[in-house]
This record gives sequence, structure tokens and C-alpha cells, in this order.
Amino acid sequence: MTHLRAGEALPPLEIPVTRTLIVAGALASRDYQDVHHDAELAKEKGSPDIFMNILTTNGLVGRYVTDCFGPEAVLRKVKIRLGAPNYPGDTMVLTGTVAEVEGGTARVDVVGANGLGKHVTGTVTVALAEEAGA
Amino acid sequence: MSGTREIRAEGAQSSPSAGQSTDAAEERELTPFLRELKTYEGRPAAEAGVGKDPVNEPMIRHWCEAMGDANPAYEGPDAVAPPTMLQAWTMGGLSGHGGAGRSAAYDALFGLLDGAGFTSVVATDCEQEYLRPLRPGDAITFDAVIESVSAQKTTKLGTGHFVTTRMDVQANGEPAGTHRFRILKYAPAQRRPRGKQPQRTRPRPVINRDNAGFWAGVEQRRLLVQRCTDCATLRFPWLPGCNGCGSEHWDTVEASGEGTVYSYVVMHHPPFPAFDPPYAVGLVELAEGVRMISNVVGTPTDEVRIGMPVRVEFQQVDEELVLPVFRAVPGSIA
Repeated sequence: MTHLRAGEALPPLEIPVTRTLIVAGALASRDYQDVHHDAELAKEKGSPDIFMNILTTNGLVGRYVTDCFGPEAVLRKVKIRLGAPNYPGDTMVLTGTVAEVEGGTARVDVVGANGLGKHVTGTVTVALAEEAGA
Repeated sequence: MSGTREIRAEGAQSSPSAGQSTDAAEERELTPFLRELKTYEGRPAAEAGVGKDPVNEPMIRHWCEAMGDANPAYEGPDAVAPPTMLQAWTMGGLSGHGGAGRSAAYDALFGLLDGAGFTSVVATDCEQEYLRPLRPGDAITFDAVIESVSAQKTTKLGTGHFVTTRMDVQANGEPAGTHRFRILKYAPAQRRPRGKQPQRTRPRPVINRDNAGFWAGVEQRRLLVQRCTDCATLRFPWLPGCNGCGSEHWDTVEASGEGTVYSYVVMHHPPFPAFDPPYAVGLVELAEGVRMISNVVGTPTDEVRIGMPVRVEFQQVDEELVLPVFRAVPGSIA
């Protein structure tokens, strides 16, 4: 990864936002808020459907970056902001751009866009293989 | 923080840009309510919270299955937990934390906001730093502080206050990570029932002493332009005095209604009641030399052109309202 340069784009990752993913992500993150698994109650609260919780988004952003840089890469910081909700049936496409490389650490700007707009914008700081090793 | 459900909770109706709000000058003038909210800054949100389960392989596996994360670092004898699980280890789950860890200050702050009508909650930001990897067997403890409570903000979701907390997570007593979390406690914006809006009527022109003559002309299907009786300068829109010489004396001339599109815009968004976008709004230069603004009708909006010859037409919008609009002169469209 020493050849990594600022400005480099990471390959996109397409995440089909299924009802199963939303519910599985909510439960795996121990988030039992009804708006993440119960469509009826979500509608009562004014949402058109259940929607992905922020912990799942965080997990997917982390996965996207380590998928790109390999298992030796270690996440140091993940900072995200949510925008358009991820509703079932949508697709979120994660894209990333290397913002800075310093020593063995890269800062990556990540955007996850769905059919409504930007679901997530964030910055991930990741220690690359040589630095993170063993 | 027991009550992680409240701290991290997402409310209903998340929508674009919840986290991006109009940042006015509210900070400068603290209302008594905001002053009270601000007293909670720096107070604990959770004290001596204990993770319900130590870091463990089954929860890691369930997480990785859900996220579709096949990273080999998260499995096998040397497995570490995905760093982004940090918050998951602090969650109360279905049964909550039973009051342990959750601070009275945090409850009181939420009570204040609820009482003011900001009853909904949505997570907007999460910022984590990982200080050391978490491994199966690590016991999790945490403390959290209320970092800031924002002034009242209006977002697409509604109006409310952002509450930012910062949590320090320890593993076996050692610092393992920090977790800054921002939620919006808000009063949901009224949702308009779809398709049930009464058909709105077109806004009425504001008619006053200065322009009444113009609208009286329109009612008679005549396009009247003011003329200074001292220097003969034509003027539009109607004004009490002459721009050329300052004279207050005027009469009118009836415009021929012929003109050309001097400039135009096509409105697509936002849609206003009683208007049906897209539509073209033209700045039309009349043959007499003055310019006026009105709709350019009868031409597809993408075919409207600067220089296009147009002619006035009086549109009976509804029973009470007539408006002058412009239509392309036949044969003029390129």
C-alpha cells in the first residue's frame, strides 16, 4: 500500500438495502428501537418504513474501508454523519477517496449514496498493512 | 449509559440532512430555556456503565454476518472484534441497563426537552476513535459526558436541539476507545397529507395606489404603461415618480402587446401551490421599450429563447383574476 496517493479513488461497494440487512444489523448491534424492525410502528412515528440504524451504517463504512485495504489494515477512527435514510428496497453505493497518506496511515473520505441522496458522509482513518502489521 | 436506547436512539422519520442545520446567530442570545439546557454541558451522561457481555465470538460473528464482513482478522484464535462494534458492547439491549450507569442529569435533560415538545430523537453523527483492539474476553466499562447542547435548530426533520455526548470505553480497565455521538431531539415537522391538499388558488396581486391603474387596465384587457408628462419617459413597473426627471406627473399609453423575450428562467423547483412546474418566467421587452415580467406560455419550456417574439395575452386565471402573460408569435419558434 506504499504506492497509495491522495486523490486515489477506492472501488465502489454496492450494498442492497434489504429489510433483512436492516433488521440483522439492528439486532447485531443490540439496537431494539422499533423503527429498525417494526414497519407498523415506524409508520406511526411518521417514517414511511423501517430504516437502517447508525450502528449498521458505521459497520458498513468500516467494512468498506478494510475490504479495500485488506485484513492487515486497522481502523483507527471512523467519523460519520447521516443524511438520507436507508429504507428497504434501496441500494447504497459506498465510494471512497484517499484524502491524505501520512506514514502508514491513510485518511479516506467515504460517501454512501442511496436513491434519496447521501445516506452517509464520513472520514475513516486507517493504519495500513506495514504499520498495522501483527 | 444505560438507556443507550435513548442516547443513541434513532427516531422516526429520518430524512436528508438531519445533521446539517441552519446555523443562525442563536448562540449569541441565550433564551432562558437554552440557558437551562446549557447547564447540563459537562455533566455525566453515564457513570460506571458496565457492558452486559464481555467481548465475545458469537456477537462478533453475528455482526460480521449482518455486515457481510468477511475480514479474517475477526475470526480464528487471534480474532479481534471489528472496531466499529465499539458502541454495540455498551448497548443495553431489549432489557436496558436497568438504571445502572445512566445518569440522573441525562434523564433530566431529556425530560426538559420532552417537556418542551422535542419528543422525537434521531442519531445524526458518530465519531469513534479506537485506541486498542478488543478481543474476546475483554470486560467493557464506560463513562459518558454530555459535551454540548445546541441552540434551537431547524432541520428538515423539524425543530430541536442537538445533544452531543462523549463516551470513554475501557476494556479490562484500560482505555479502548472513544465514542462521540450526536442526536437531534426534535419536534417533528408537520407532514402534509399527500393528495389531500385543497387546490390552492393563484396568489392575488398586491394592488395599491401606485399600481391600481395598471390592474384596472388589465381588467379591461389593456396593457398600460406609465409615461412622464414632463419628459415623456416611459416607465414600468408603475411608480409614483419618473426615474428620468423626478416628476410626479404622468399619464398612460396602451402598449401594443408586442415584445421579445429579453431573458427568462424556467422554474422546476420548488413547486408552489397553484403553480405547475416546469414553467417559463420571462423578462419581456415590450415594443415600447420597457420590460415586464410574466409567464411565457404555450411554448415548451426548453424551447423558450432569448429574442423570441411574443405577444401579450390576457389569461382568465379564475373568476376574479386576469393576468397578462406572453405567448410566442406563431411561426417565430426556430
